[in-house]
Amino acid sequence: MNVLFHIGRYFLLLKETFSRPERASVYARRTIEEMDLLGVKSLGIVALLSLFMGAVVTIQTKTNIDSPLIQAYIVGFAARQSTILEFSPTIISLILAGKVGSNIAAEIGSMRVKEQIDALDIMGVNSAGYLILPKIIASMLINPFLVMISMFLSIFGGYLAAIGTGIISGVDYLQGIQTGFIPYHVTYALIKTVVFAFVIATVSAYQGYYTRGGTREVGISSTRAVVYSNVVILIANYALTQILLI
Amino acid sequence: MIEVKGLSKRFGGTQVLTDINAVFKKGTVNMIIGKSGSGKSVLAKCIVGLHRPDEGRVLYDGVSFHDMGPEEKREVRQRIGMLFQGSALFDSLTVLENVLFPLKMFASMPKSEMLDRAHTCLKRVNIVDKDHLYPAELSGGMQKRVGIARAIAMTPSYLFVDEPNSGLDPQTSIVIDDLIKELTEEFNTTTIVITHDMNSVMETGENILFIHQGRKWWQGSSEDLLASDNKELNEFIFAGSLMRKVRDNMRRD
Repeated sequence: MNVLFHIGRYFLLLKETFSRPERASVYARRTIEEMDLLGVKSLGIVALLSLFMGAVVTIQTKTNIDSPLIQAYIVGFAARQSTILEFSPTIISLILAGKVGSNIAAEIGSMRVKEQIDALDIMGVNSAGYLILPKIIASMLINPFLVMISMFLSIFGGYLAAIGTGIISGVDYLQGIQTGFIPYHVTYALIKTVVFAFVIATVSAYQGYYTRGGTREVGISSTRAVVYSNVVILIANYALTQILLI
Repeated sequence: MIEVKGLSKRFGGTQVLTDINAVFKKGTVNMIIGKSGSGKSVLAKCIVGLHRPDEGRVLYDGVSFHDMGPEEKREVRQRIGMLFQGSALFDSLTVLENVLFPLKMFASMPKSEMLDRAHTCLKRVNIVDKDHLYPAELSGGMQKRVGIARAIAMTPSYLFVDEPNSGLDPQTSIVIDDLIKELTEEFNTTTIVITHDMNSVMETGENILFIHQGRKWWQGSSEDLLASDNKELNEFIFAGSLMRKVRDNMRRD
């Protein structure tokens, strides 16, 4: 019953969030600010993770398929496929759920306990729309760019690891990343990213919006935002993979 | 004018408010007083529409708030100004941006006029040259004054003030009380103040509502207050030694 209550309240909050904005120009400005806060400011961690993960995937693939029957370029192929299909869209989204999700829940939760959301409501502002809608739009617009940058950097990290350690040649790696490339896989990854961005923004905002109590509860909401966003992302990942790839 | 008719509110199995009836007149500072947990904040939240009453109605100039459609409610809310206990200023906005906020959201006027209006409101509450400071950089008293400036930015018909003196020194409390009284007269607002502060009650309370155990226990003016023989009201008012001394002096005189 408790789960059904939260699901019901989540959809009611979404309904409120997507109702007509009071002043579109204010929302547009807030969306741009949120793109900077939620997206551009996450670029550093995304870049760092992607470079190292690409490098690790390349080294691990080589050490696990070290057989004379398997050609060296397969390492590049495997690194590219795992990056595009899973690492960049899913793992980066899980990381963003931790960074951005906790930020969203803490910000909105603090506003709730400091009565700032009540202040918005009393002024006649649709507080859900004003606070949450720009975050949803910003995440859905900026996260695909983050994931594309991640794809590039991860594959580049793999290349650096390949030539740096000498486990395979740069030529073999480059041949591998061009072998059997299916452009639809990038589309699939970007569809997943947009869905995950929606999940991160809305689940985290829900946790923050219904925070009750004080600073301790803001912390709890923030933790819940990360945990529930991750759970929903993993479930959605399975569902989308089945729908889009099979 | 705001009328409360037969208002009751429960949270789960706990009855918080029972059959509250009250009239808050225009151009008057109305005060809701009572012990912590008596239900006065819940009453205020029911009046401003943050809580929906289980029974009863709140009428704004004769129209029931909870029966209004979303657009009508929004229009009424744009005529409400509220100062919260913790000021509830937006942390990420500067002083000027906080006061400009309701104007940007609802007012149909050029930007220069909005700026003029915001500066007028800030000047009215004696906040000058603090436009670019953030709420965290202000003292408690200044935050309250900026909160009042934001509340009056849209020239409200109804002004709600929740614990205006909490956390303030006595001198600043008097400044805030005077400001509330002056603004009520200036804008002819229906002002409702929720307070514990007996000095405020005695200085500015024109119509006082005492809430006890979720019920309206007593209503009257500040003059009636000291003369009342209501046991619970007297226990509340004369809990402090200062008020007891005032009473004793009055009796001696």
